[in-house]
Amino acid sequence: MDSETDMVRQIRALDSDMQTLVYENYNKFISATDTIRKMKNDFRKMEDEMDRLATNMAVITDFSARISATLQDRHERITKLAGVHALLRKLQFLFELPSRLTKCVELGAYGQAVRYQGRARAVLQQYQHLPSFRAIQDDCQVITARLAQQLRQRFREGGSGAPEQAECVELLLALGEPAEELCDEFLAHARGRLEAELQSLEAELGPSPPAPDVLEFTDLGGSGFVGGLCQVASAYQELFAAQGPAGAEKLAAFARELGGRYFALVERRLAQEQGSGDNSLLVRALDRFHRRLRAPGALLAAAGLAEAATEIVERVARERLGHHLQGLRAAFLGCLTDVRQALAAPRLAGKEGPGLAELLANVASSILSHIKASLAAVHLFTAKEVSFSNKPYFRGEFCSQGVREGLIVGFIRSMCQTAQSFCDSPGEKGGATPPALLLLLSRLCLDYETATISYILTLTDEQFLVQDQSPVTPVSTLCAEARETARRLLTHYVKVQGLVISQMLRKSVETRDWLSTLEPRNVRAVMKRVVEDTTAIDVQVGLLYEEGVRKAQSSDSSKRTFSVYSSSRQQGRYAPSYTPSAPMDTNLLSNIQKLFSERIDVFSPVEFNKVSVLTGIIKISLKTLLECVRLRTFGRFGLQQVQVDCHFLQLYLWRFVADEELVHLLLDEVVASAALRCPDPVPMEPSVVEVICERG
Amino acid sequence: MEDDAPVIYGLEFQIHIVDFDDENNIISKNVLLHQVGEIWHISTSPADKGVLATCYNKPSDSKVLTCAAVWRMPKELEPGGHESPDDSTSPAHTLELLCHLDNTAHGSMACVAWEPAGDGKKVISLADSHILLWDLQESSSQAVLASSASLEGKGQLKFTSGRWSPHHTGTQVATANDTTIRGWDTRSMSQIYCIENAHGQLVRDLDFNPNKQYYLASCGDDCKVKFWDTRNVAEPVKTLEQHSHWVWNVRYNHSHDQLVLTGSSDSRVILSNMVSISSEPFGHLVDDDDLSDQEERRPEGKSQEPPQDSVIATYEEHEDSVYAVDWSSADPWLFASLSYDGRLVINRVPRALKYHILL
Repeated sequence: MDSETDMVRQIRALDSDMQTLVYENYNKFISATDTIRKMKNDFRKMEDEMDRLATNMAVITDFSARISATLQDRHERITKLAGVHALLRKLQFLFELPSRLTKCVELGAYGQAVRYQGRARAVLQQYQHLPSFRAIQDDCQVITARLAQQLRQRFREGGSGAPEQAECVELLLALGEPAEELCDEFLAHARGRLEAELQSLEAELGPSPPAPDVLEFTDLGGSGFVGGLCQVASAYQELFAAQGPAGAEKLAAFARELGGRYFALVERRLAQEQGSGDNSLLVRALDRFHRRLRAPGALLAAAGLAEAATEIVERVARERLGHHLQGLRAAFLGCLTDVRQALAAPRLAGKEGPGLAELLANVASSILSHIKASLAAVHLFTAKEVSFSNKPYFRGEFCSQGVREGLIVGFIRSMCQTAQSFCDSPGEKGGATPPALLLLLSRLCLDYETATISYILTLTDEQFLVQDQSPVTPVSTLCAEARETARRLLTHYVKVQGLVISQMLRKSVETRDWLSTLEPRNVRAVMKRVVEDTTAIDVQVGLLYEEGVRKAQSSDSSKRTFSVYSSSRQQGRYAPSYTPSAPMDTNLLSNIQKLFSERIDVFSPVEFNKVSVLTGIIKISLKTLLECVRLRTFGRFGLQQVQVDCHFLQLYLWRFVADEELVHLLLDEVVASAALRCPDPVPMEPSVVEVICERG
Repeated sequence: MEDDAPVIYGLEFQIHIVDFDDENNIISKNVLLHQVGEIWHISTSPADKGVLATCYNKPSDSKVLTCAAVWRMPKELEPGGHESPDDSTSPAHTLELLCHLDNTAHGSMACVAWEPAGDGKKVISLADSHILLWDLQESSSQAVLASSASLEGKGQLKFTSGRWSPHHTGTQVATANDTTIRGWDTRSMSQIYCIENAHGQLVRDLDFNPNKQYYLASCGDDCKVKFWDTRNVAEPVKTLEQHSHWVWNVRYNHSHDQLVLTGSSDSRVILSNMVSISSEPFGHLVDDDDLSDQEERRPEGKSQEPPQDSVIATYEEHEDSVYAVDWSSADPWLFASLSYDGRLVINRVPRALKYHILL
């Protein structure tokens, strides 16, 4: 119930709400109805207007159609007239063409003429069946022929430069002239020009010494000839690109031939340069030469100009190496001459002996600086900024075979050879080469062996990063060669000096009359001279060579040996009277003695020290004395003189040698031999001998 | 088998004739007294084996003069005479003087050389700067000076050695003075060739190749042995430098001229094999044999070796300077050397080499 009442109440509420809503919106409904009515009126008016417009439009359309119908006819006529006009103008051009062409030709506007001709040709070709056109065409052909002729004339006259010629050729080509003939002619003309260039270059070469330096020359050649060739080549390639491989071949042949002649000239010029010492200029010239030729090289790969140029550069580089080697040799010989002069000069002036060590240092440093200078000069060839330095030759073979082997090793070898040649010079008398020079050279070679060679080679290897794998002479081989040379020189020095002293001794023995000589009062002057000379040699050798080892000796060597020498030997030998059996005894004695002493190799190889050198010299001298004594016959006093002389030598020579026993042996032998050669052998009292020797 | 050995010491001067019996290897000697003086050079006649010439020092008060004389040995001592010298203490024999080569006008005699293959009548002697050609007449009892020539030049020129060439029918003689070697024509006594500075120092000895007529060997104080072609004297054909002191003697083997013997005062004797300049071309004989003896086959490889000069042997038996070497005239494989201490050494060519040369 409750809910029913509730429902009723709600329905009532809703009815009342509806009533209020209707009341509220009634006005709106009214106004809407009004509006709709007004709109109906307006639309009716508009419809009328539209109808009127439609009729008007219809009238306009009508008029327009009528007008266009009338204009149609005229328009067609105008179009036709325009076409006729154009045709007429073309015809006029054609008819005027001959005169125009003539005019152009007269004015020299060949380009214009060729253009006209080009334009007209096709038309004329097409309409040539018409008589009037044929006439024109004929005229044109005549004129064109004349034009072509004139162009050729101009082309042939040749005075104008390459670009103009190229233009002519271009025009002629446009005129349809045969390309092959043209390219031949073109090349012929280019040849003429380039040959003129070559001739001017040749004139520079001339028979007279070249005025411009090599750099100028290559510049001249580069800009004149190579530039010209470049122009020709590029013009040719532009113009005759259509010619294909045959044309390219022709150009290549052309370039090859002229290039060859150019190279010949350049080589001649470079050959003149061989004598000069300035490498930098040459390298710069070569660089320019090479660089210049790389441009046409790119253009003309087939002609192989770049390769040929590289070859020339390589050849020149090789020749330079040879030149430097010669230079080094000459420098070495120059040094030797200087040394000779230095050795000779002070003697004349009577001054102190030459400072051998100083001379040696001078020679060594001067040679080293020459080598360094040569290396530096040659190094220019491989400088980074030089265009050909990255060629494989310059990176590999040039460094290893050329510089290292050819130049440095070659020089050291030739130095050794030169030095050795002093040993076997035909003038074996020893007069040819001053002994001091031999000594100095020997020391020089030895120094090379110990240090200089490896230093120079390291320097070379550093400067020229040798990448080549080809075998090179190892340092040890060179060192061995140098050492051998040093040894031979020193041995030769010993021989020469030994010979000098032995000649002195020999003359002194041979020229003296030993039978009728007086009782000795003095040591002979020759012996003093021998000792003096030996001392001088000792000093000389001491300047360059170390002392060396000698056998141990007592402090008072001379005394001790004298006692041995005089007591045991003299008694053994001289005491017995010379009955027929006596010689057997002495021989037996000396033989037994020899059994215990070593055999003396007189000309034996020497070691690199002073003692060894002096030992060698003294050995040679004393052996000579011995042999000479054996060839003479002595009187009693002759024997005594020999005794005195030998004792004197004994006193002074022992200090120079490695083994003083050697001196004793040889001198004993001399005295013994003299005793055997004496029919009346009465030896002098040892004490008297001693007194005489000590007196002087 | 004989060998003449001058011994120059003592108061008695003797010539020893040494007999070497090859089969029994026995050496025996006969002593001849040479009373006039010490002997410096000795040479035997090619025609008469009993005749020899010596150069000797004539003792005088104050001067030494070397003279030359021709001698005859006692008959019983002539080589080949089969007298056994059994008693060694037998008194020494004396030489019979045939004639003196009178040199009073010319100076000391350096050497005497007989004309090889001649009749023993022509002798060349070298006296100071003179070269003298003697004619021995009336069985060598008289020496007549046939012709002479002398060296001219500054200084005292002195011949040291001379050899008579076995070729050119005995008309050429070579001499040495100082460093120069000269060739002479004995018919005109004029100089044919001259090798200036043949050696760096004194030339000691010469020898002609017995089989090659222009080849000459020389040796000297520069320790070298040189071989010359006398047609071209500018350069030696070959130079040997094996000795360490003066070379006193050089001798070609009489029949196999590749064998060269040298003696030196370094007390060595060196036997060299100079194949490259010998008259026997290597391999030549082999070819001949191959053609002739088919049955005798020898290894082929042997003949292909290129000729190479070499030292065959160095003999060091001597204790002192060797002053003379020579080949035996009877046996080509035997040679003797003599040294200062009086030691005479007789040696044979090594057997291997002998067969190598013969076969």
